[in-house]
Amino acid sequence: MQERLKELQTEALEKISTAADLKELNDIRVSYLGKKGPITEVLKGMGKLSAEERPKMGALANEVRDSIAAGIEEKQKHLEEAAVQEKLSAEKIDVTLPGRPVKSGNHHPLTRIIEEIEDLFIGMGYTVAEGPEVEKDYYNFEALNLPKGHPARDMQDSFYITEEILLRTHTSPVQARTMEKHEGKGPVKIICPGKVYRRDNDDATHSHQFMQIEGLVVDENIRMTDLKGTLEVFAKKMFGDDREIRLRPSFFPFTEPSVEMDISCKICGGKGCSVCKGTGWIEILGAGMVHPNVLEMAGFDSKKYTGFAFGMGPERIAMLKYGVDDIRHFYTNDVRFLKQFSIHE
Amino acid sequence: MFVSYKWLQEYVDLSGVTPAELAEKITKSGIEVEGVEVLNEGIKGVVVGHVLEREQHPNADKLNKCLVDTGADEPVQIICGAPNVDKGQKVAVATVGAVLPGNFKIKRAKLRGEESNGMICSLQELGIESKLIAKEYSEGIYVFPNDTEVGQDALEQLNRDDQILELGLTPNRSDCLSMLGVAYEVAAILGREVKIPEPQADTSSEKASDYIEVQVEAKEDNPLYVAKVVKNVEIGPSPVWMQARLMAAGIRPHNNVVDITNYILLEYGQPLHAFDYDRLESKQILVRKARDGEVIVTLDDAKRELTSDHLLITNGAEPIALAGVMGGANSEVQSDTKNVLIESAYFKGATVRKASKDHGLRSEASARFEKGVDPNRVRAAAERAVQLLAQYAGGEVLEGSVEADALQVEPAVVSVTLEKINRVLGTELSMKEVEDIFARLQFETNTDNDTITVTVPTRRGDITIEEDLIEEVGRLFGYDNLASTLPVGSSTPGHLTEYQNKRRMVRRYLEGAGLYQAVTYSLTNEAKATQYALEERKPVQLAMPMSEDRSLLRLSIVPQLLEVLKYNSARQNDSLAVYETGAVFLSNNGEEDLPEEREHLAGAVTGLWHSHPWQGEKKPVDFYAVKGILEGLFDKLGLSDKAEFHQAQKDGMHPGRTAEVLLSGESVGFVGQIHPTVEKELDLKETYAFELSLKAILEEEVSPLQYEAIPRFPSITRDIALVVDKGTAAGELKGIIKEAGGKLLKDVHVFDLYEGERMEPGKKSIAFSLKYFDPERTLTDEDVTKAHDKVLDAVKEKAGAVLRG
Repeated sequence: MQERLKELQTEALEKISTAADLKELNDIRVSYLGKKGPITEVLKGMGKLSAEERPKMGALANEVRDSIAAGIEEKQKHLEEAAVQEKLSAEKIDVTLPGRPVKSGNHHPLTRIIEEIEDLFIGMGYTVAEGPEVEKDYYNFEALNLPKGHPARDMQDSFYITEEILLRTHTSPVQARTMEKHEGKGPVKIICPGKVYRRDNDDATHSHQFMQIEGLVVDENIRMTDLKGTLEVFAKKMFGDDREIRLRPSFFPFTEPSVEMDISCKICGGKGCSVCKGTGWIEILGAGMVHPNVLEMAGFDSKKYTGFAFGMGPERIAMLKYGVDDIRHFYTNDVRFLKQFSIHE
Repeated sequence: MFVSYKWLQEYVDLSGVTPAELAEKITKSGIEVEGVEVLNEGIKGVVVGHVLEREQHPNADKLNKCLVDTGADEPVQIICGAPNVDKGQKVAVATVGAVLPGNFKIKRAKLRGEESNGMICSLQELGIESKLIAKEYSEGIYVFPNDTEVGQDALEQLNRDDQILELGLTPNRSDCLSMLGVAYEVAAILGREVKIPEPQADTSSEKASDYIEVQVEAKEDNPLYVAKVVKNVEIGPSPVWMQARLMAAGIRPHNNVVDITNYILLEYGQPLHAFDYDRLESKQILVRKARDGEVIVTLDDAKRELTSDHLLITNGAEPIALAGVMGGANSEVQSDTKNVLIESAYFKGATVRKASKDHGLRSEASARFEKGVDPNRVRAAAERAVQLLAQYAGGEVLEGSVEADALQVEPAVVSVTLEKINRVLGTELSMKEVEDIFARLQFETNTDNDTITVTVPTRRGDITIEEDLIEEVGRLFGYDNLASTLPVGSSTPGHLTEYQNKRRMVRRYLEGAGLYQAVTYSLTNEAKATQYALEERKPVQLAMPMSEDRSLLRLSIVPQLLEVLKYNSARQNDSLAVYETGAVFLSNNGEEDLPEEREHLAGAVTGLWHSHPWQGEKKPVDFYAVKGILEGLFDKLGLSDKAEFHQAQKDGMHPGRTAEVLLSGESVGFVGQIHPTVEKELDLKETYAFELSLKAILEEEVSPLQYEAIPRFPSITRDIALVVDKGTAAGELKGIIKEAGGKLLKDVHVFDLYEGERMEPGKKSIAFSLKYFDPERTLTDEDVTKAHDKVLDAVKEKAGAVLRG
C-alpha cells in the first residue's frame, strides 16, 4: 500500500509537470484527487491495516495528496502566468503609430502680442480701456491737439463717414474719452488696444486696418524719467533683458516733448545690419509727455497734472519678434500661418 | 532734407566730428538721420582728362576714337560711345585700373579692333541719378569747364568727395529745411559757433523802383513781397560746385539763374522765383486771388484752371506765376534772358498747400511755404540771390528792392520756471545749465529768480509754449542722460474688467475646442456687409471708399470667416475651424450719432471635424458638433439653463439645419449649416457657422458661484422610449418632461433616436434617461413611480407620446 501511494505520487507529479494547459491540469486533479480517484481507492483498503499502521498510512496518504495538490497549484500558477504572458504578447502594439489627435486652435498672433502687453501693464497697475472704432472727429483729432485744418489730419489719410465721423486713425481717442470720464482727477493709468484704420493701399508694409496699443498715465508729478523707466521695463519684457533702449526726440501733436523709442538690434547686437539698416537700432514706438492742450481739453489742470503716453503697433512688434515679413499675413488668416503661433513660450 | 557735410562746414566748424558721428549726434538730439551717403563710395581712379583728338571709329558708326591726356606721361587712346564727346573737352576719365560703382573694374580692352585704355564717363557712370543730371549731359558724357586742370581727381572736381546726411524731418522742424537752419541746430548740438553769410552786392546807380512797382491785394495770403532787379545777366551753366551741391540735395541743375534761386532755397530755406523781366511786358507786379475759371499756363506747359482759393502773381493783367507753387511759362527765364526780376516773398502756408494740392504740384518750394518760412529771412535771401547773380551770372544789381510789406513779426517770448523743467523731465538741472542750453541754441534769455524768459527767433516757429522750451532743454541735455524711474504716488490696482476677463475665457475655450482665432477686416462690400446680419439695419458707409470691396462696415462676421475658409480650402486646407470676436457696426438714424458697435462672436467649421485615418476614424462636421461647442460655452458661462435652440430659417443658411439661439428668451444669434448653394459658390465642403452677440452673452446676468453638497444618497434612473410624430422636437419633449418631473427629477437627457423601418410611417422614437434624486433621503421605488407616472401622463397629453413597446 505504501508503495502504491508512492507510485501514485510519482506518476501524478510526472503528469503534472508535463501538463500543457489548465484543462489537462484539471483532468489530473479530478483523476488523482477526486472521490473516485486512485488515492481514495487506496485509502478504502485502510480497514485491513493494523491499528498502529492505520494512522501512519493515513498520514502518508495525506502527504501524497498534499504534494499532488501543491504540484497542481504550482503548475496552475505557472500555466496561468504563461497564459497572461501569451495574451500580453499578443496584445503588443506599435507605439510609434500616431495618437488620436486632440483638437486645438490658438490665439491669433496679434492677440498674443496684445495680451502679453496688457498683462505686463496690468501688473504695473494699469487697466485696459476700450472705445469705439467709429469715432467722432472731436475725439480722434481735436481733443488731441489736432484742430481742423491741421496738415497731419488730411482727409486723404482717414476714412470719413460724415464730416464729423470717421474710422479712428489711432487708439488715442480712447485716451481722450477716458481722461474726460475722470473729470480732471488723477490718477489715470490705462492701456488701450484696438483696431484702427487709415487710407493706405495694402502691401507688405501697409494695411488699411491694423492694431494699435497705447498707454497713458496722468497724475501729479509724472516725469519724463517715469516714461523712460516704464518703456525700459516694457522693452526688456517683450524683447529680452539684454536689450538697450534709446529715446530720440520726435514730434507728435498730442505730446510735448515727444520721443521715439528704439531698441538695440537683436540680430547684430547693435553693430549694424540689414534689419536695423546699419544703425544698430530698431524703432519700436512713439511716446511723449501729454501736451498741455490735450490735458486741458479733457478737463485736467495742466499746471497740476502731467502725464505720459506711448503708442505702438502690435503688427510691427509681432513682425520683429517672430520675423514675419509681410503685414498682410495677419489678415489673410492662412491656417499655415496661424498654426505657427500655438507654442506657449 | 539732404545735407552735404562739406557744405555744412562753411557755417559750422566740424573738425573732429566725422559724418557718421555727426549723424548719431543729430539723431540723438532731435532729428532722425535716416542715412549717410558717401558720394564717392566704390569709385577709384577717375581723373580729369583732355580730349586731344577725336575721330570716327574706323569700324563702328556710333563709336569715337579719342586721344586723351590724363596727366600721365603719354596720352592714351580711348574708345567712347557718347554722342557728345569732342576734341578739346575736359572730361572725366576712368583710367585702366579704375573702379566704378557696382565694382565695375576698368581694364585695357579692344573695341571693334581698336585699343581702348580707359573710359570717358557720364555722370550716371559716376553714380549720379539720371533725373538729377542737367539736360545737356543726361544723354552723354559730362564736360568740365575749360579751365579745369588735367590729371586732377575728377570726383573732387565734381565735389563728390562728400557725404550726405539724409534728415527725416518731423513737421515741426521745418527750420531744418535749410542749410542755415541745420547749421544752427548742429552748432547747438556741438556747442560751437555758427557763421551766417552776410550778403552784400555792389549795386549800379539805377534803382529797382524805376523798373518795377509791387502791389499786393491779398495781403493776408502774401504779407511780404520783395522784388529785386538784376540787369544784363549772362545765362550759362552755374559753377560746378553749385551744381554739385544741388545734385547732392536732389535738385537738377538748369542754368545759373535758376540754379542760384534753388541754391538759396537750400541755403536759406526761402523759395525764390526768377522772372524774365522783359517778358513781364509791364512794370508791375500785382498779387491777387485768382478769379474762378481763370487759367494759367505753368512752366511745365500745363494749362491750369484756377479758383478764387488760389493766389496769383500777375503783371497787372495776366497771371505770371501760381504763387509759391510754380512760375508761368510766359515769364520763364530762358537762354536769351537778359534782365531778371527776383521774387522773395512770404506766402501763407495754407494758401500754398491748397494750390499745390489742387494742382498736384508739390515741389521743394511749395513744401517750404506750406510749413512756413522764416519771415525774417525773406530779405536776406533776396540779397544773397542778387549777390550770387552778380558773381556767377555777370549781372548788374539795381539799387534797392521794391517791397509790399504788411508783415508783422514778433518773436515769441515764452517763460518757464526751472522747477517746472525739472518736474516734467525728472531732472535736477541748475539754472546755469538751462541758460547754457538756450545760449547754444542762440535763443536770447532773461532770468528772474526761478523763471527763465526766452525770446525765440522767428526761424523756430515751432516753439510757442513752455513745454516746447522743456523739450529743447531735454533733447539738448540728452535723453540718454535721463534717469529711469517708475511713476510714484497713488497706487492703482491693475485688472481686466469682468467683460474683458470673460472674453479671454471665451477665446481660450474655443481654441481648446479646436478653433483658430482669425482677425479679418471690418470694411467689406455691399453684399457681405449685410449677409448673415443678426439684425436688419443699414450698414455704415464710407464717404470716400478706396475700393468697392472696402466701402462699408460689416454687420456680421460670418461672411468674412467664410472668405477665410475659402482661401484656405483653395490651398489644400479644406478641413478647418475658425472663430473671431470683433465689432460689427449698426447705423443710427442721426447723422451726428455714432453707429452702434456691438461685439460679436462668430465661428465657421468646414470639412472633417475629426480624422484619425489609420484607425479608420473620419467624421465630417455636423450640426451637433458645432451646437456642442456652443452648449459647452454656455455651460462655462453659467448660462446653460438660459440658452435655447429653436428651429429657424435664415437667408444663406440650410432651411432645415439652422437654429436660432436664445438667451433668456431673447434672440442672440444663430447656428447652422451654410446653404448648399453658398457652399458651392465658395467651393466649400459641408460647412457650419454661428454668429452670436458676444455683448449680449457676456453681459447676461449670472448667479454667483455657490457650492452644492455632494449627494449622499443614491439616485434612481428610469429610461423611457417615446414614440412621437416625426415633427416633434426633442427639446420640446425634454421641456415637458422637466416640467412634469418636479423636484425629484434632477437630469434628463436623450440617449437614443430611432427613425428606422420598424417605426410606423411619420413616427419616430426618442429615448430619454431620467435621473431621480432626493438630497435628503434614499428614494423608494414608490416615490419614483409617482413622479415618473406624472411625466408619462404629461408627454402623452401634451405631445401625444406613447411608450414604445
